[in-house]
Amino acid sequence: MEQKIQFTLNDRPVTVTTDGERALLWVLRTDLGLTGAKYGCGQSQCGTCTVIVNNEAIRSCNYPVKNVAGKRVLTIEGLALNGRLHPLQKAFMEHGAVQCGFCTPGMILNSYSLLLKNPTPSREQVVKSMEYNLCRCGSYSRVERAVLAAAAEMKGGEA
Amino acid sequence: MTEHAGFLTRREFVKILGPGLYILVSAQDFLSGQAPKGFGRGYPEDFNAYLRIAEDGRVTCYSGKVELGQGITASLAQMLAEELEVPYESVSMVLGDTKLCPWDPGTNGSRSIKYFGPALRAAAAEAREVLIQLASEHLRVPAERLIAENGFVFQRDNPGNKVDYGSLAKGKTIERHLETKPPLKAASAFQVCGKSLPRADFQDKVTGKAQFAGDIRLPEMLYGKVFRPPAHGAKLKRVDVSAVKRIKGARVLQEKDFVGVVHPLPDVAEKAIALIKADYELPEATINDGNIHEYIIKTPARDSVVEEKGDLKEGRSRAVVTFEETYRTPYVAHAPTETHTAVVHVEGDTATAWIGTQRPFGADAEIARAIGISDDRVRVITPFVGGGFGGKSQVGQAVQAARLSKLSGHPVQVTWSREEEFFYDTFQPAAVVRISSGLDKSNRIAFWDYHVFFAGDRSSQNIYDVPNVRTTSRGSGFGGGGPHPFPTGAWRGPGSNTNIFSRESHIDIMAAKAEMDPLEFRCLNLADQRMLRVIDAAAARFGWKPAKGPSGQGRAMVCLDYLGTYVAAMAGIRVDKDSRIKVERVVCAVDMGPVINPEGARLQIEGSVIMGLGYCLTEEMHFRGGAVQDIDFGSYSIPRFSWVPEIEPVLVENLESAPSGCGEPPIVGMGALLANALFDATGARVTQLPLTPARIRQAKA
Repeated sequence: MEQKIQFTLNDRPVTVTTDGERALLWVLRTDLGLTGAKYGCGQSQCGTCTVIVNNEAIRSCNYPVKNVAGKRVLTIEGLALNGRLHPLQKAFMEHGAVQCGFCTPGMILNSYSLLLKNPTPSREQVVKSMEYNLCRCGSYSRVERAVLAAAAEMKGGEA
Repeated sequence: MTEHAGFLTRREFVKILGPGLYILVSAQDFLSGQAPKGFGRGYPEDFNAYLRIAEDGRVTCYSGKVELGQGITASLAQMLAEELEVPYESVSMVLGDTKLCPWDPGTNGSRSIKYFGPALRAAAAEAREVLIQLASEHLRVPAERLIAENGFVFQRDNPGNKVDYGSLAKGKTIERHLETKPPLKAASAFQVCGKSLPRADFQDKVTGKAQFAGDIRLPEMLYGKVFRPPAHGAKLKRVDVSAVKRIKGARVLQEKDFVGVVHPLPDVAEKAIALIKADYELPEATINDGNIHEYIIKTPARDSVVEEKGDLKEGRSRAVVTFEETYRTPYVAHAPTETHTAVVHVEGDTATAWIGTQRPFGADAEIARAIGISDDRVRVITPFVGGGFGGKSQVGQAVQAARLSKLSGHPVQVTWSREEEFFYDTFQPAAVVRISSGLDKSNRIAFWDYHVFFAGDRSSQNIYDVPNVRTTSRGSGFGGGGPHPFPTGAWRGPGSNTNIFSRESHIDIMAAKAEMDPLEFRCLNLADQRMLRVIDAAAARFGWKPAKGPSGQGRAMVCLDYLGTYVAAMAGIRVDKDSRIKVERVVCAVDMGPVINPEGARLQIEGSVIMGLGYCLTEEMHFRGGAVQDIDFGSYSIPRFSWVPEIEPVLVENLESAPSGCGEPPIVGMGALLANALFDATGARVTQLPLTPARIRQAKA
């Protein structure tokens, strides 16, 4: 059923009128034109569609858009502030944590939510929290390095 | 990307880009579509086809190769900058656009640096020399007294007297050519190649700006879905599309057995296609993942002889111990994170297609055939590709989009669902290898009798110093048919994953029987000095200590030559009480000749090792007849963060050989590496991939 849904998207208020049961992923990618979150499986198994809702990483492919009403949504497009890359983005580039780049937005946002909760994770904690983000190119060890490097750079705080 | 003018006739094209358009002199063949298709087409000779120098000095490099994540964006720019003598940062890449780029057979087989590299370097070297000639006239100084560097031509003894490339080329086709082509730089003189220069695609990939095919938006674009049979080989008897009417805005498009739906929203199109009901006639499902290998052995096909030398009979008579073994590998899915995606806009007798593909040249012809227009009226543009691994040489999704676009009159985007991706995949073929061999009394291999069935012959050649050899290959690894209930195709290191698993497992079996250390046994039987050097490099990093297997340490090695790139890998593993393998460490030494981008090479090695864990430990497509049973990442398990061992890439210095590829060579040894390490840890030999706990328990018993 069509409904009006208001929320904050990358620090800006937005309103969409659509069927509230539709997945947030498709509303972002089509209605709102933000294509950074990717479709990888549609079943919450791969993590390429990961976005942040109220500081939590969620799988937007299976998340009804009506659930973001009144909440704050952050996508990869909103992570760099005024053109200044987030330490995670810089670390992914510096540590070669990118190959084809398709899983990258999801990887970055999932690790972003980890660092919000745990600014100084151990290697094991990084692995555990990233375990359900899939990368077929095999960049896992670099992602792990990049997340640890970004955490060190941020010195336990928000950069 | 959305600002592309779409398909242009040659005249319109010239009008837009102006008379300086570089391509007209050189590339009439691929612009007009008159040239013969297929591998017979070569790279153009005119250097203008590969590069253009703008008035501001920026250089555009054109290549039919595509960026799949392997980092070709950087390596090609480095090779161009090296020979042309321009700064790396001044080079921009245009990749995989069939109207702008020189023809290419496709991005596969670790061939980009090896085969396209020399053509690109030759073009850049000739352009540099021509620029020196032009500068000589411009500066009125003899060419011998000039030198090209950093995008300028200088007078050697008076560096203040100079002219920049941009002023000489002015963005135009350079009409002058050289009779005698200049030599390529020696690797020892490389300034730009051999450095880990940063990749230009990274920034857009971490900010979400990078465009993949699914990110293309065109005015009036619709999203399409094509109705899919429950199994390969099923015949449509009756179809009922009436329920689709319930979905507002959904249109059903039908052409004989082809049934599709389009809608302005992708998720609603998906919902609509699910409402279609159909009856099918299903062929009897006699083959499944349990009996496929028996079936493969029984399927008749021609044996081709890959190599033959000496006399097997004579070898057998000298052997004091003989070995007979059969190796089996399953169907393996490509499973790229980006599913097959395309946008096609058909307008009358022309089409423009944005495809996530490894084969833009070839995709154009398939689209043309599907909608009945001529090849030269199709332009394929390749955005970033979200992983390919061989699977994106197939463009079934683009053909679907083209048909839906033609039927609907709109541009249509097709993104396969994950289930469709598994269903339509052209799997690495299930295959069988039979080897018989023998050792003489001094532990030298006396004969080697090798037969591969339906994997293809790549890497089936024996690399050891054996006097009596026969290698045959039955059937092909590509295209399906034969014993296969569904299409098969190239999978990162096609054929080689099966052939090297078999050969290097078998070598290990012989070493153990000879009660020799696996490394010493290999060295005793190798004459290839380059291979011995690579093994030394791996052993030095690994800290290999001689011990006959099984030593209980869970360590092993393999060595191989993949299309001219040499690899020696060593691993340490642990096997837990549930017979699960945990790989702890992999050292992978690679000699690919001169390395163009060391960091890029290391990423390819690490990626290969990690992806290799999948086909070696878990990946195996289950099926009944043409019905594919693993349709998601729940049952088809690919590598995850927690699987990853310490990986230590070793780049073996070799400036003597020609540069060759690194995208596949490090993955193809992984099967034998882990099977050999399993044997070393437990004494259990598993000759079938993947090395599942069930197979390990069975081998232990």
